[in-house]
Amino acid sequence: MSEPIVKIRGLKKNFGDLQVLKGIDMDIEPGHIVALIGASGSGKSTLLRTINQLEDVTDGQIWFDGDLVNKDLPHRAREKHLNQLRQNIGMVFQHFNLFPHLTALENVTLAPIMLGRMNKHEAVDQGHALLEKVGLGDRAGYFPSQLSGGQKQRVAIARSLAMKPKVMLFDEVTSALDPELVGEVNRVMKQLAQEHMTMIIVTHDLRFAEDVSDHVVFMADGYVVEAGTPGQVFRNPKEERTKAFLHQVFDE
Amino acid sequence: MGLDFSIIPEYADLLLEGTLWTIALTVLAVFFSLAGGVIFAVAQLSRHAFVRWPFAGVAWLFMGTPLLLQLFLIYFGLVQIGLDLNAFTAGVIALSLHFAVYNSDIIKSAILAVDKGQHEASRSLGLGRLQAMRKIIVPQAIANVTPALGNMMIALLKESSLVSVIGVMELTLSAQRAISDSFRPFEFYIAAAVIYYVLNLGLEMAVRNAERRSARYR
Repeated sequence: MSEPIVKIRGLKKNFGDLQVLKGIDMDIEPGHIVALIGASGSGKSTLLRTINQLEDVTDGQIWFDGDLVNKDLPHRAREKHLNQLRQNIGMVFQHFNLFPHLTALENVTLAPIMLGRMNKHEAVDQGHALLEKVGLGDRAGYFPSQLSGGQKQRVAIARSLAMKPKVMLFDEVTSALDPELVGEVNRVMKQLAQEHMTMIIVTHDLRFAEDVSDHVVFMADGYVVEAGTPGQVFRNPKEERTKAFLHQVFDE
Repeated sequence: MGLDFSIIPEYADLLLEGTLWTIALTVLAVFFSLAGGVIFAVAQLSRHAFVRWPFAGVAWLFMGTPLLLQLFLIYFGLVQIGLDLNAFTAGVIALSLHFAVYNSDIIKSAILAVDKGQHEASRSLGLGRLQAMRKIIVPQAIANVTPALGNMMIALLKESSLVSVIGVMELTLSAQRAISDSFRPFEFYIAAAVIYYVLNLGLEMAVRNAERRSARYR
């Protein structure tokens, strides 16, 4: 087995007195699709956000591509280290967070140009190609306010891909969408999965998780309760809490 | 002696000169007070106290004292420490700083009102804090407060009349010159008021235009 691209050991995170993550160990192999599932408040989104340090951690270590993410550095050096790191970790948010004052194309080209990854011409070419890839080639000049939720989220995925990340983080990316728009976003994610992008997906959409992932992690109360292949976790859960959670979700 | 506006054309050159100086003062001070407003706002939101404090101090000073006094200090006061500015430059500096402080307050709250997700999305792409400010946060903040900033700029145009006291031949002073020559205060003050009003109409149109452009994405 190859070296994991994301390695997490003993990860703890407190918000004030509230312990959100209580000691997480996890390995994510390159090219794998990992689904993080669990009830609201189980800590799965927080875990995802510690990987690119949108949340700092209270204790424990995270390695990305062999590099310790939460190094103890002076402020300026830490900022530099994180900016470097984040260029290789894409993230897609529940509420899209597209830049509303920029067109779809500008959203996709901003980071590569600004961070010197490519010149304007290359970035625009790549931007058009990425919008094409997510099925929005004809929407390049549209502002986010002129797009549907599903289209916005697909632009957001294209925006992340523009930095050619090694890992993509998805934080409940279909939760804010109208049901009929979920499919178009899921299709784009599936396509990425087929291209062997490493993906960590926080989701409430268990059918999608079962369908697309190689590895499922069930979290509750800040712990990993059970982890395994989708077949193991969904069809043959060992832990009582997993069974209870699945029952509750699938009975609804 | 009734009102007789037919005297005004005799002094048209003088009033025109005054109008042009007022326009020059205003255009420069609008530019510098907006740029300064952004700089003051971003600096006061810095995480470093040694950046925040000097800017907050200057802001307090300029907000808590009258513009007239600031003009005197910059024009007459700085000479004493060897900084001999001409009246026009002193006027531009005083107006710019005075209004930069007001603008920065508006811009500061607008920056804080931009959705946190915009920060997170920018940072998640690898942009630094200042890069995110410059390209993502500040443009949205400014667009949200264009009307409020526009009102400040209209106030600036009117307050520029104060610069007459340090001898800049702007509209108010040129009207006064015409009066001391013709002994017709009412006619020339009204003429000056009308010109200010027309200039403000133009400024208002420019503000509306900026509003439309900054809001075109909504």
